[in-house]
Amino acid sequence: MSIKRLFFAAVLVTLLVAAWIPSPSITVAAETKPLRVAVIMPSATTDMAFSQSMFSALKAVQKEMGGEKAMELKYTENMFKVPDAAAAIRDYASEGFDIVIAHGSQYGASVQEIAPDFPETTFAWGTDVNTFGLDNVYAYTAAAEEGGYINGVMAAMLSKSKKIGVTGPIEVGDAKTYIDGFVQGVESVDKKISVSKTWTGSFSDVALMTEAAKTHIAAGADVLTGSSQSVVGSIGAAKDKGGVLWFGTQADQASLAKEIVVASQVYDWTGMLKDIIAKRAKGKLGGEKYVLQLKNDGLKVAFNPDYKLPDDVKAAAEKAIAGIKDGKIKVEP
Amino acid sequence: MLITAFAAFFIVLNTGNIWLGLLAAILTGLVMGLLMSFISVTLKAEQGISGIGLHMFGLGLSSLLFNVLVGTVKTVTGFQPVKIPLLGDIPFIGEILFNHSLLVYGGFLLVPIAWWVLDKTSWGLMIKSVGQNPAAADSLGVNVDKVRYISVCVGAMLAGIAGASLSISLLNLFQDNLTAGMGFIAVALVYFGGWKPLGIMGGALLFSTVNAFQLWMQVLGVNIPSDVAVMLPYLLTIAALAVTVNRARQPAALNKPFERGES
Repeated sequence: MSIKRLFFAAVLVTLLVAAWIPSPSITVAAETKPLRVAVIMPSATTDMAFSQSMFSALKAVQKEMGGEKAMELKYTENMFKVPDAAAAIRDYASEGFDIVIAHGSQYGASVQEIAPDFPETTFAWGTDVNTFGLDNVYAYTAAAEEGGYINGVMAAMLSKSKKIGVTGPIEVGDAKTYIDGFVQGVESVDKKISVSKTWTGSFSDVALMTEAAKTHIAAGADVLTGSSQSVVGSIGAAKDKGGVLWFGTQADQASLAKEIVVASQVYDWTGMLKDIIAKRAKGKLGGEKYVLQLKNDGLKVAFNPDYKLPDDVKAAAEKAIAGIKDGKIKVEP
Repeated sequence: MLITAFAAFFIVLNTGNIWLGLLAAILTGLVMGLLMSFISVTLKAEQGISGIGLHMFGLGLSSLLFNVLVGTVKTVTGFQPVKIPLLGDIPFIGEILFNHSLLVYGGFLLVPIAWWVLDKTSWGLMIKSVGQNPAAADSLGVNVDKVRYISVCVGAMLAGIAGASLSISLLNLFQDNLTAGMGFIAVALVYFGGWKPLGIMGGALLFSTVNAFQLWMQVLGVNIPSDVAVMLPYLLTIAALAVTVNRARQPAALNKPFERGES
């Protein structure tokens, strides 16, 4: 059938042209031999949350090192499926990348399996603290409960209805520890405030996260928070309703709704990345763990400059930050 | 749905015009419908496989376009809720039924329209005949390919509106894989509803009610594991499908390419 042949010929030509188009990845000057870094992420580099926090840090480190000539950076995003991520991790290691970052707690088993096959490659993965006893694996995590506590303190002071809603994805990892810390922060101000939690069972279901936020608002909550890349839906619901405040985590979420986002806990991986690069240069390929904390500046609280935060609330937040840094306040993960 | 959701979002983001966004979604749906028709009707490819292929194409293309053209999550001002006078003031019921965006009212309006077209018009009769017995329809002078092309394209344009309802009405933003498999739930609801517009609406309402119910259970602190709560709507769908699938009269020629002279 000629029309069929014509169609498949058109598809073939399209694929060949697509394959010929140079990829947008960062080019490398042949003569300099830059550090080659690859990162595999579960969501998009623009997710306003977990993946974006790592990608932004890598770009910042790349810029600080002198740009593409000093550090080649390649990335694979939207790797929600672990087998696909495992294939990407192995591919990058096979291609001779110096550092391969598996940015997702679900990638641990893959790193454990692949890393021994590439003893010259440094692997980093998180959020977790397990290096599996391997000399070429770094593990990293964030003490998300610390920023959660700070956000909780502010949320409790700002809530007028004394009802706060939490929209979470799955009850694991830093999503859970952030929320646990948040609840402790709220209780440190007023134990009578009701904190309701919903879990959607998905890191990516924006529509369900939106519905969860709307349910909290309908139940009377006037302050919301939540974790994962799908909380953009919650922020949208709060913004549409008006008069409902939002506290973010993982990345600065103020740009999504500058009138309602009070503050965000921001993961800053740059210090950890620079340390890993420096240690690798000295021959230490792995075997250590990193924990982002307020006191090591891995965690930061970004106050939204467009939101007029009352002075007493900001003072309480800063006091809590100082308390956590000097150990006077203990937040349980 | 993903591509049309992106099309609507992108147009509204750049023009601020929600009606242009809706039109973009409908036209994008039409293009996808033509592509699906071409593959399944003209090339007579296996429809289940080509459907999965088109879904993956839409998933990838919408993510690519989003990353290249937008780059980061942004919000838009989409369709706002329209409270129907008097009816919207009825306690409890008013908020649930009469305070929604125009797209929601349009969705409900489509139920009687779809019923009327399918059951009361000659065009509906032709659609059913090419779905049940295309050879017999062909022998009576019905242009099977034309009817299938138009039906698929109309369905795709409606799916386009569904995509737009997410990105410029319900969520007012776009993100990778925004639909999170919602289209597959819609397909399941067609079986659930016994291929009848009213039944499908009932199924959709039941599914969303259970979904809202599980969220409320969590908000109110009912002592049930969240993993179990989020499973409820899907468990219900599976259970209902298991009960209804045998009596649902799906079109006999569903998924079967029509070749004149073969039957």
